[in-house]
Amino acid sequence: MKYMSEYRDPELAKKYLEEIKNTVTRPWSIMEVCGGQTHSLVKNGIIDMLPDSVTMIHGPGCPVCVTPLNLIDKAVHLATEKGVILCSFGDMLRVPGSVKSLLEAKAEGADVRVLYSPLEAVRIAEENPDREVVFFAVGFETTAPANALSVIHAHSRGVKNYSILASHVLVPPAIKAVIDDEESKIDGFLAAGHVCTIMGNAEYHPISEEFNVPIVVTGFEPLDVLQGILMVIRQLEQKKSKVENQYARIVREEGNPDAQKVIHQVFETRDQMWRGIGEIPQSGYAVRAEFADFDATRKYNVTIEEAPEHPDCISGQIMKGIKKPFECSQFGKKCKPTNPLGAPMVSSEGACAAYYHFSGMVEV
Amino acid sequence: MCLAIPGKIRSVEMKHNGMVRMAKISFGGITKEASLDMLPDAEIGDYVLVHVGVAISKVNEEEAQKTFKYLEEIGELGDLIDVEDYLPSKDERKAS
Repeated sequence: MKYMSEYRDPELAKKYLEEIKNTVTRPWSIMEVCGGQTHSLVKNGIIDMLPDSVTMIHGPGCPVCVTPLNLIDKAVHLATEKGVILCSFGDMLRVPGSVKSLLEAKAEGADVRVLYSPLEAVRIAEENPDREVVFFAVGFETTAPANALSVIHAHSRGVKNYSILASHVLVPPAIKAVIDDEESKIDGFLAAGHVCTIMGNAEYHPISEEFNVPIVVTGFEPLDVLQGILMVIRQLEQKKSKVENQYARIVREEGNPDAQKVIHQVFETRDQMWRGIGEIPQSGYAVRAEFADFDATRKYNVTIEEAPEHPDCISGQIMKGIKKPFECSQFGKKCKPTNPLGAPMVSSEGACAAYYHFSGMVEV
Repeated sequence: MCLAIPGKIRSVEMKHNGMVRMAKISFGGITKEASLDMLPDAEIGDYVLVHVGVAISKVNEEEAQKTFKYLEEIGELGDLIDVEDYLPSKDERKAS
């Protein structure tokens, strides 16, 4: 077992599709919350093989896509005006700010670096004691422990020239916001498997009960996604609404307590702005006062005026699942991965980019 | 962004003056280093899920088989065995 390629078996995928077809008796709309699942659905062609009565709605689960425009402008400002070594994950560098992206800032000479892990940024800070190093720490609950750990490592190793520009978003409040939106009509959810790997499933039981929706914690390989969809549909057809765990090979009911401890040591929850969606109460993490020295927001106190989004971009409606990418007038025209008007076209997990690359709707 | 990949732990060592437990993890031929801070019990030979340089979960082998057997199981068991059907409803339970 390698726990990956086995979950791509086409014969078993066909059997799952067959079982889904045999189970469905009426139309259902299911939201996959995580961009990784959107990517898997579109790239593997699952979306075209599902019966017409099953509609997949693509959720807001791409942290790069929902990072506020203003924060990207701040990161660009730190890199270009404050002369810091600005590090982040690759996807984040290409997201357009109101003036430029971090990648464009890099092309103009700013010291912007793509890293695989925030722990590498602490090492860079150690190796460059005369420079300030800022890690642009975006992510869902999955990434929060690693970002928090970088602060703990820096603190315990006495690294004083390291800080994080944190933009952390949380899934359960976003699911609630999506259900509450009067335009949305979602019957069931695939919850994000790697978020639950950290946080466990406890937060989803009350949501499932309150709103009467099935929630199935689901993985990312084709068979995972197909099994997750089948489990949701079985619940819907049987008029049930509970939390089930498709991804039990990775996700424990209680999550990873050691990771949760690290998160809560460094972060506290706060209201959070989601690009394209708006502010959602208690849906993000801020650095605790004890670690203020490692918080770039406090350290640099940069104020940048809020800039408007591109007028043609409908990313908010895309991320709430109200519109599909191809329903946007600029999709594949003015807006392409090489010239994105909004974030869902930037990240490979953004719904617009996934459709652009894999749906066959655009001749690339 | 939440991409995480399973790999096998090849070796474990303490780094940064013994403060951090790091592992060399093999992903089908490619070896990368990852922190074991979040998995204190993980050992050489374990399959772990790694996200941005941090191991976050140990793969449960028994559970890993279930996706391959799920269709057979629901085929054999049908819809009859859901225990919830035989229990009082949630409202009734709350009322009692």
